[in-house]
Parts: sequence; structure tokens; C-alpha cells
Amino acid sequence: MSDLPKLTIAAARDALRKGEVTSVELTEACLAAIDGAEALGAFVHRTPELALERARAADERLKAGGAPDLCGIPLGIKDLFCTEGVPSQAASRILEGFRPEYESTVTAQLRDAGAVMLGKLNMDEFAMGSSNETSVYGPVVNPWKVDDRQLTPGGSSGGSAAAVAADLCLGATGTDTGGSIRQPAAFTGIAGLKPTYGRCSRWGIVAFASSLDQAGPMAKDVRDCAILLKAMAGHDPKDSTSADLPVPDFEAALTGDIRGKTIGIPREYRMDGMPEEIEALWAEGRQMLEDAGARIVDISLPHTKYALPTYYVIAPAEASSNLARYDGVRYGHRAKLAQGDGIVDMYEKTRAEGFGAEVKRRVMVGTYVLSAGFYDAYYNRARKVRALIKKDFDDAFAEGVDAILTPATPSAAFGLGEMAEADPVQMYLNDVFTVTVNLAGLPGISVPAGVDRAGLPLGLQLIGRPWEEADLLSTAYALERAAGFVSKPRKWW
Amino acid sequence: MSIDRDTARKVAHLARIRVEEGDLDALASEFNTILGFIEQLQEVDVEGVEPMVSVTPMRLKRREDVVTDGNQQARVLANAPDAREGFFAVPKVVE
Repeated sequence: MSDLPKLTIAAARDALRKGEVTSVELTEACLAAIDGAEALGAFVHRTPELALERARAADERLKAGGAPDLCGIPLGIKDLFCTEGVPSQAASRILEGFRPEYESTVTAQLRDAGAVMLGKLNMDEFAMGSSNETSVYGPVVNPWKVDDRQLTPGGSSGGSAAAVAADLCLGATGTDTGGSIRQPAAFTGIAGLKPTYGRCSRWGIVAFASSLDQAGPMAKDVRDCAILLKAMAGHDPKDSTSADLPVPDFEAALTGDIRGKTIGIPREYRMDGMPEEIEALWAEGRQMLEDAGARIVDISLPHTKYALPTYYVIAPAEASSNLARYDGVRYGHRAKLAQGDGIVDMYEKTRAEGFGAEVKRRVMVGTYVLSAGFYDAYYNRARKVRALIKKDFDDAFAEGVDAILTPATPSAAFGLGEMAEADPVQMYLNDVFTVTVNLAGLPGISVPAGVDRAGLPLGLQLIGRPWEEADLLSTAYALERAAGFVSKPRKWW
Repeated sequence: MSIDRDTARKVAHLARIRVEEGDLDALASEFNTILGFIEQLQEVDVEGVEPMVSVTPMRLKRREDVVTDGNQQARVLANAPDAREGFFAVPKVVE
């Protein structure tokens, strides 16, 4: 097996320019790695011909000189992104056979920068899940393995995380509504950034909860996240919530110099029953940032405990509206109808067959909290609590905090199937440290920072001020260098 | 607030998702677990707090109200489960 897919994006970029490797060679090496990794279930639609065509074009462009950073870099794309002519089904049965006639803005920007799409990556159905077990394609298996168990790579961007960690591609796109980039990044020992709400266009990304969804990069290190984000970000007239702000050169901002910066440690993130190892890692992270010259302050984010219940009103409410479009009329699956069935039977049967259990559950919870008589008690109240959660962060930043350090997840990766008997709320607790960031619209990054006793990766999360991803990435870079996480999963697949 | 099987049936219908009679009790019980979790929000003091409408203070962009796209009927219909004569086809809607 070739070592080329192990390259970082930055290293591959430099090697391409020195003529040490071609994009075709890189792409062929990744395609071979993907073919050899069936057992992981990460890639669900492969596009080898398209990839090689783009790789050849990238090689021409590189030869001509002046090509963008991502020119010729092989990437994986989460199945939530619509890609022209290539199946895009959000890991749902209801979008079986759907081949978009258009390209999402984020993937179009990557394509235009010369990046090579290797194929589509597995995920939880409609990005609803924290273990990749709700996918119609079946679960993704974490490349990390410490005993006989198969572990989850996390979710919902589990395919993206596994593909990057297993060196099947150089980087990947993810999306994050409540932790779907950061939790899988932490479970697989890679870096993953959720940008500020509005930094990347949502146009052409299958919508889950529109006020929370945000696309972001998942990569082998912080520098690669910076390179990817620059290409993914920017204003798009087709998404009125995308910000019309200049996109900085995030990579150039990676000084790793955090002397004089103020890092907040929120006391409410110390949860009852939190494993000792998570607590210890958090303390180590605090020490690392302090040793690098940052000032550490204890802060309070008093409404933290209400973030998950707030999320589980707002996200299902928005999902119930967004997913109303899957009606068996315009695209995707339509149920076989019986003699005399009317249009309502068609809707009900189509949606019963097309949606999986978790998606149905959330759509119905959302329908309930929006229904007459409950709108004020649930939905409006949740929006008020959301305002308070955001104010907690605003207050901390107003006091001079530059970034906030927390654990990324309450545990390391767990076994596939281990949560099958638990009630749905137990699975929701996975996002306890990440979901606040979506509710407040802030940027957050998960950085691999250590391993637990069994040898599984653990991540720390840094939360930044809105629109200050460049500063956040630089702090994350300092943490990454101090942590020196270099472990890789041992190849068993 | 506890959800019974009649409420579960009603919600399923509002969401246009067919749920078999035999599955309604289990569904009601799941709703109750999730709503029990959400119930914590009732203890927060939200007096005088405006519900959030936009997470980032931004003025939505305006543009001229002109046609920017169109004339692609075939592409619009390309993914339809049943398209005929340039239309989406569905079961009879009016008697």
C-alpha cells in the first residue's frame, strides 16, 4: 500500500509543486486505499472516473503555475452535500436514486479550487445521530480498535472522520448541527472545525436544522483545516444567511503564538460522572496553554445545562419543517400505492418507508412542539433559553476571554450497538459539550490531545469569538503542538 | 404533560408519517422520554427575554426582484418518481 494517502494536505501541496508527485498518483493511491477499506464502510458512493478526470486537469493546472492550494488534493465529501450527477442521499432511503442537477456552493468552491472528489462519505441519516448507526448504508466502523469490539467513529460525520483517520483521503467535508464534526473528529484522533454560523454557504447542503447547520473541514491537523476552510468559506448570494465578510488567509494566521491571550475554563462543563481521564486531559490542556503563555481564567456559562434540552426542541422543530419536502413528489422514493389510495396515503406511506426510526422520531417531536397549544410552552421558550445561552458566551467574551477550552466529548469512542437498548436521550448526551456552540453560532474546533487508558483518542475543544476562526485556529495550533498527538490507528481492515 | 396513544396518532398524522396502530404505544412512550428531558426548560427564568430570531446580528441581503434562473423544466423533473407531460404526477387530489 502506498504511503501517499498518509500525506497532509500541506505536505501534498508542496510535493505537487516540487513535482515530486502528481495529482493522478495521489488520487490513484487514495482510490486503492478506499478499495482496500470496505470493512470501514466510510465511502458509500465512489467516483473514481470523475476523480481521475479532475486529477488530470489539476496536474495540467499545476504545470501552468499559480494554482490554488487545494489543486490536485483528493478529498472525501459527506453525503449531505449535493454533488451534480453523483448520488447525494443524506444516508436516507427517502433520497434513494437522487442525483442532483446542481452542485452545493461549498463543493463547487472546492471543485473550482482544483480539489479532487473521491466519492461520497457515510453519515447518520439526515445528520441525525452521534454514532453513524442511523445510516441507511449501515454504520461506519472506527479505524481505531483496541479489542474485539467494533467502535463507532461518532456521528453524524462518521464517514468523513473514519476516512481521514484511516488515510483514505487527505481531508473531508463535514457538517455540524450539534457536534457532528467535532465529536467524530475527537473519536478518531483528527482535527475538525465548525465555523461561525454563516461562514460557509448552506446552499445545496441537505438541510437538517437551518439555524444551526454549518459546514466545516475535517483533516489530519489544524493547518489542513485552515487550508480547507479558506476554500470552503465565503459569501454566497444563494444563501442569505452566509456572511458578506472577507475570508482571511487562515493558514497565514497560524503563528501558534498565544502569549497574552486569555483562555476561559467554564466550570459548568465539569459534569457529574465525567470519566477521570476526560477531566485529566482537560487539566493537561489547561496547563499546555498556560505553559505557552496564555492567561487562564475560570469562567461561568450558567445556562449550559439547558443547552441539550433547548437543542432537542429547536433542532427537531426545524427538521420537521425542512423534511416536509420529502413527500414522494419531486425526488427520491415514492411508496407503492394500493388501489384507491389518495395523496395523503402517498405522503404517509412514502415517509413511513423512506425515513428511519430516529428521523421519524425527531420529525414527530418537532411537529409536536410546533403544534397549536404547545408552540409557546416549548418552541418559544426554547428560543428564549437559546438567547440566554448565547448571552453567557457574549458576557465571557466581553470580559476579555479570547477562547474557551472544554473537553470535546464526555467519553472516548464506544462500541457499535452498545447504545441500542438505551433510550434516545442517552445518545443525545454525546453532544453535551458541543451543542452550546451551535446554539450560540460560534466557531469551535476539536483537536486530538491524548489517548485514554485503552489507547483510544480523546479530543479537546476550543471555542472562539464569532468570525475569529483565524485566531481560534492559531490557538488550536498551539494546543496541537503542545499535545504532540501523533498516534495512528493500527491497520486491521 | 404525558402523551397518550391518541396524541401520538394525531402527531404522526400531522407529520404525514404512517404509524401502525400496534406501534403507537411505543411511540407515545418515546415521546414522553424526550419531552420529559425537554421539561427542564420550564425551570429557566425567561422573564423579559426575547426569543432568538437570528443567531448572528445580520441584516439579510436584499436583491432586485428579478428572474435570475429558470427555463430548465427537464432538469427540474429529472428526479421525479413520476413525471408526465412536463408535470409532476400524483394520485387524484380532488373527487
